[in-house]
Amino acid sequence: MNLNGKKVTLHDMSLRDGMHAKRHQISLDEMVNVATAMDDAGMPLIEVTHGDGLGGASLNYGFPAHTDEEYLGAVVPKMKNAKISALLLPGIGTLDHLKMAKDLGVSTIRVATHCTEADVSEQHIGMAAKMELDTVGFLMMAHMVSPEKILEQAKLMVSYGANCIYATDSAGYMLPDEVTAKIGLLRAELPSNVEVGFHGHHNMGMAIANSLAAIDAGASRIDGSVAGLGAGAGNTPLEVFCAVLDRMGVDTGIDLYKIMDVAEDLVVPMMDQPIRVDRDALTLGYAGVYSSFLLFAQRAQKKYGIPARDILLELGRRGTVGGQEDMIEDLALTMAKEKGLI
Amino acid sequence: MQAIGQAIKQEYVELTMSKKLKAVIIGPGNIGTDLLMKMQRSEWIEPVWMVGIDPESEGLKRAAEMGIKTCATGVDGLLPHVIEDDIRVAFDATSAYVHAENSRKLNELGVIMIDLTPAAIGPFCVPPVNLTDHAKNLEMNVNMVTCGGQATIPMVAAVSRVQPVEYGEIVATVSSRSVGPGTRQNIDEFTRTTSGAVEQIGGAKRGKAIIVINPAEPPLMMRDTIHCLTESEPDQAAITESVHAMVKEVQKYVPGYTLVNGPVFDGNKVSCFMQVEGLGDFLPKYAGNLDIMTAAGLRTAEMFAEEAANGTITLPARG
Repeated sequence: MNLNGKKVTLHDMSLRDGMHAKRHQISLDEMVNVATAMDDAGMPLIEVTHGDGLGGASLNYGFPAHTDEEYLGAVVPKMKNAKISALLLPGIGTLDHLKMAKDLGVSTIRVATHCTEADVSEQHIGMAAKMELDTVGFLMMAHMVSPEKILEQAKLMVSYGANCIYATDSAGYMLPDEVTAKIGLLRAELPSNVEVGFHGHHNMGMAIANSLAAIDAGASRIDGSVAGLGAGAGNTPLEVFCAVLDRMGVDTGIDLYKIMDVAEDLVVPMMDQPIRVDRDALTLGYAGVYSSFLLFAQRAQKKYGIPARDILLELGRRGTVGGQEDMIEDLALTMAKEKGLI
Repeated sequence: MQAIGQAIKQEYVELTMSKKLKAVIIGPGNIGTDLLMKMQRSEWIEPVWMVGIDPESEGLKRAAEMGIKTCATGVDGLLPHVIEDDIRVAFDATSAYVHAENSRKLNELGVIMIDLTPAAIGPFCVPPVNLTDHAKNLEMNVNMVTCGGQATIPMVAAVSRVQPVEYGEIVATVSSRSVGPGTRQNIDEFTRTTSGAVEQIGGAKRGKAIIVINPAEPPLMMRDTIHCLTESEPDQAAITESVHAMVKEVQKYVPGYTLVNGPVFDGNKVSCFMQVEGLGDFLPKYAGNLDIMTAAGLRTAEMFAEEAANGTITLPARG
């Protein structure tokens, strides 16, 4: 693979996707310290919100240690060069949240829908584009449908005003060939002024390989997180990816040693549990299940005595999508009843 | 002269009218057609008109085949027939954008409006929680909240009638096939309207609503999760009894309304996990979210008809 001379924008997820792994309990100090250190290392774009995006604070997904306003209000003014993005899932967050994020100085809004439901994003993408924000359409669980379907949905988001489209491997299910096919078709068919991006999870150990395949197929934005802090087995670990890209001659503008230090000195010590491909995270990738279900399934295992792996496999079989965290306890209760455990 | 004419006409109507109230459905889409099929079984409501804006619409053709008068020129085309056909109730299954005008024109003629759009210009109505109040007050425009609201607010109310609920949160998961373009274009309206009704009708001090759309095939049945945080330690026995009683109330008009799991108690958190299977009239059974709207809308009109027949309310005079 020859990526020599390509330019890529890396986008850090440790303070947003990492919120899943931290049960949304990252402190304001941690947010500011990690973001400031990343800014100093040259990270161009950093996402900050509840793990489930603006307005995600809930019993269903978890109440965070602080509100989105508090996190954004603390981090944005401290940035010298880095820009801050916010995620928004229509059905959870609203236009009110979007305006709030814009007022607090967010540069980028990423509007996320399930990969077949792009038409719920019209009002949010439309408003973000109208406010002249960098507006990203984020198609989640992109492993569940064909490249043609992803393209069809991407075109809808572009028609609403998105200037960048992501194929998002929310389950960490994809293998590199699939990434190549999906990103490649998006790059070939979308207008050249629309960027293409890829967001991976490491559940099958493929995050680095998939991200390389994405760049090779035309993606110019890649998500990852420092030290891999993210849902499931985490996102593409950015310090590792930076080293790989450096060896391959790809320009990221990031200081490799500084980002290594952020990972080792600041982010790893924040972890409540090792972020690795354990059997439950591997099950997410293997069965194609939304990565943030991991800790919920493990909690259900503790409470009802049903193995997390069994719960996750059944969720995969039922075709659950992002946001259906409530199904986990519901299903665990039903399985426990069937087994006579309750 | 007019007053005398009106009095004579009123008497004539009272002598000849059956207890059924005559109704118009505005919007011959899936919702309107399902409503029509349910209405044909009603003891209290008689469907007379179906109104659309496209003469070629399948829905209008279906209605005509079912022996219903049809009009393809919108509510304006219906207005001249309202008095002569003694239309008393209208169901608006169009969109929030046109609802206000539809309602104004028909209210002027004394027609009670049941609003199935998200316009919410009238008070919210969730039948087992507050329908009796609306019927007794003869509210001329009642709004049926949202599908998620109809499916979940009874459960919030079942908890809040036992003890104060500090926070109520509902998650509605619906099949992709059952979510129409109107809802998709303005999904914020769903979250805003539903969370408002969780507070106002459900009785939670703060409300939150989440909607998840799932494209699985075959389509999944509507699922709803209701979480309440009670202010003090939950009275488990009383809440469990109240929840089961409320499920029975909803089942009177939506037989497929099922408590799958719960109530589950975790500290002050009370959780109920529901499934809503539709009757499968015109809408498929998985679309319990749409079925509960049409069933609740019809149930609401029936209550007005019952109150009118009992003499508890007097329908607007006509002249």
